[in-house]
Amino acid sequence: MLAYYLRLGLRSLRRNPILTTLMVLAIGVGVAASMTTYAVFRAVSANPIPGKSGQLFVPRIDIWGPQARTQGRRVPDMLSYTDAMALMRAHRAVNQAAIYPVGFTVVPQDSSVNPFAVKGDATYAEFFPMFDAPFAYGSGWDASEDEAHAAVVVISSRLNQQLFGGADSVGRTIHLDDHDYRIVGVLANWNPQPRFYDVNVYSRTFSGAPDFFVPFTHAVDLQTDTNGNSSCYGSAGRAPGWQGWLQSDCVWVSLWVQLPDTAAARAYRSFLKGYAAEQKAAGRFDWLPEVQLVGLRQWMDVEEVVPPETRMSLFLSIGFLLVCLINTIGLLLAKFMRRSAEIGVRRALGASRTEIVRQFLAESIMVGLAGGVAGLLFTGIGVLAIGLVFEPDIARLAHMNLSLMLLTILLSLAASMTAAFYPTWRAANVQPAWQLKSN
Amino acid sequence: MQIHPILAALRRHKAGTVLIALQIALTLAIVCNALFIIDQRLAHISEPSGVDEANLFVIKNLWGEQYSTQQAVERIEEDLNTLRQLPAVQDATPVDGYPMGTTNEDNFITMKPDQRAPTTDASFYTGDDHFLRTFGLKLIAGRDFRPDEIENKGLRDSIVPPVAIISKTMADKIYPNGDALGKTFYAMTPTPITIIGIVETLHRMDVSTWSAPYTGESMLTPVRMAMPIGIYYAVRAKPGQRDVAMGEARKALFAENRMRIIDPKDGILSFTEIRRRAFDSDRGMAILMGIICLVLLAITAAGIVGLTSFWVGQRRRQIGVRRALGATHRDILNYFMTENLLISLGGVLIGVLLTFGLNLWLVTRFTLNVLPLTYVLGGIVILLLLGQGAVLAPALRASRVPPIEATRPA
Repeated sequence: MLAYYLRLGLRSLRRNPILTTLMVLAIGVGVAASMTTYAVFRAVSANPIPGKSGQLFVPRIDIWGPQARTQGRRVPDMLSYTDAMALMRAHRAVNQAAIYPVGFTVVPQDSSVNPFAVKGDATYAEFFPMFDAPFAYGSGWDASEDEAHAAVVVISSRLNQQLFGGADSVGRTIHLDDHDYRIVGVLANWNPQPRFYDVNVYSRTFSGAPDFFVPFTHAVDLQTDTNGNSSCYGSAGRAPGWQGWLQSDCVWVSLWVQLPDTAAARAYRSFLKGYAAEQKAAGRFDWLPEVQLVGLRQWMDVEEVVPPETRMSLFLSIGFLLVCLINTIGLLLAKFMRRSAEIGVRRALGASRTEIVRQFLAESIMVGLAGGVAGLLFTGIGVLAIGLVFEPDIARLAHMNLSLMLLTILLSLAASMTAAFYPTWRAANVQPAWQLKSN
Repeated sequence: MQIHPILAALRRHKAGTVLIALQIALTLAIVCNALFIIDQRLAHISEPSGVDEANLFVIKNLWGEQYSTQQAVERIEEDLNTLRQLPAVQDATPVDGYPMGTTNEDNFITMKPDQRAPTTDASFYTGDDHFLRTFGLKLIAGRDFRPDEIENKGLRDSIVPPVAIISKTMADKIYPNGDALGKTFYAMTPTPITIIGIVETLHRMDVSTWSAPYTGESMLTPVRMAMPIGIYYAVRAKPGQRDVAMGEARKALFAENRMRIIDPKDGILSFTEIRRRAFDSDRGMAILMGIICLVLLAITAAGIVGLTSFWVGQRRRQIGVRRALGATHRDILNYFMTENLLISLGGVLIGVLLTFGLNLWLVTRFTLNVLPLTYVLGGIVILLLLGQGAVLAPALRASRVPPIEATRPA
């Protein structure tokens, strides 16, 4: 019977092509607007490291004190060198890594090739196991090389392609900023988006993968400046030079710790509290610094990884879909009520209300399917045109895939069924006697 | 025109009436707020930079070798000579940031060294005695830097020059009486900085949302950066010769010294391009809101046409009766137009509430400004006109229903 109702619905839709087109377009456009902005939202709010996000935390320490807050400054989202090193030395987590972005110049051995700039991060050995970074060749360096301040480097597959044509380059040497580095590992294609591990120190959240990683200790030895953000408060009178910079209360280091369960997280939190109290006792602060241990998902919110534009367009598109829905309700109502006479006849011939409901819901399923196809088409166009509306870095991330297509069809069906609810109820309540009489 | 019979008839079409009114209300809410967002973004996009945009371009030059501060100073001097000798170039200056660029340096400004809450926040430019001329800034009071005031600054040197040229916006903010010239202020150090010059306009280095309250507040100190990493060169071409100069500059710099990196794609950017990139997301937002507005209005209009057509079809017999009883074409037309006006009025009434509700939410959630009343009034006019326009075709069709319909069965 359902198949028959579906065929009947299709026939009825063909009877008023203009009204039908209008409904299908309304659903299609409304769904497409929502799905296109959702595709962008989904891309920027994605979990960058599913399966492990619950174990990763960022410690924050309020080294600027309550006075800074009255001037509108937040608790710093980066650490000073002093604190980052203290937490690294204490080694209270399963894995932990301090990170800061650096930029180098590659001087190729072939002198006919011009030098070029590369961007990467200075970090610790545990970075790679903590973030499950996959290697194509070799591996990360180990803790002893951190301690030895070794000149080793892990390079990206892209840089390996550019310099060595994609061959296994482990053990070879590259020349970065006038210094030689031994390659210990080549990463496979790895670029979690958003680039959660340095969103605080590196402002391009959705950029391409870093070209290389070098030991933090070595980069500091070479006095390599941060290529990312740094923020100072009350450090105007700091000692000059590199040592003054390291000892200052300027924050520029990102630190991540892996804590496998809630007990470990609780223990780490109390360790942080203890550290803050210790620093106060040592006379570094005349206030007890507030400490926070922020989980990865919360960190995304703190850092406002999802641009407000993306959120705003998603909400406005949903409002838009709502208007399209109301529009469809009106049109379906008109369409169904125009057939009061037909309904009256069916009812008089013995069809139950349930049958009427089935018939008209089947018709709205057809509208929903047609709207879904239109929606898919418009979403496809929308996703292609995202580059016109969103920044290139973000537009690059949004794409059409099977789950988005399925969701589009489902949303269209759900929209048409919701829209059909009231008109169908009205149709089912048509009084047969009244209809027959007036004819 | 009698309103009472229309109201009585509407009571028999409650659902349709409510649906149209609701649709108009929601459309009004979204369109008003979207138009306001568009206007805000466009205003942001067209903020004046104060510089000679048509002839300016910026070279991002990274060194291919490690230089000491002194070496970097020498290389920069050589590069500047090379650039200034090019036939299409007017002047060039080394900078570490430029208006609407990607790097940003800013400082809190206070009026006393021990002041806690800052008076304002200014974008912190560094530049030499060619800065004003190269950027084409208009000095409206005081003087330019003298060559002997310029200090070279290497990595992590802390130099606080005692003088600065500031933008008029900043001058008006810290000295509202217009007597800023010769006065002092502090930029997060204990050293007082004397204002020696005021330029008409100089946009901040950034275009971000947080700095919106400080738009146009900039200060320039006589410092030439000599970083071991690299430097930006701002170059002003002779009028109309920018594109020629951009090509010449790259060739000449590489001919002078190969050990440098100027990205083949983004290494040299015209100011037109810099401005375009700075406001990418704003332009995108304006386009998106524009599309949403247009499609939304179209859908609402289509919905009104659809539902009114249905009503006309349903009431052919009644229309016939009225026509038979002496109603003119015009009477019928007026009936449907007035009916739509009443529904639309109801819709915009709810819509005004929704509009301010939506705006309030956007204000708290996305730090949008409070919607001015003119937008709501404009939106109401647009929607009332839209409703009347949409209803015209079905209403005309209704007015052409012949009186003979009265005698036919429905």
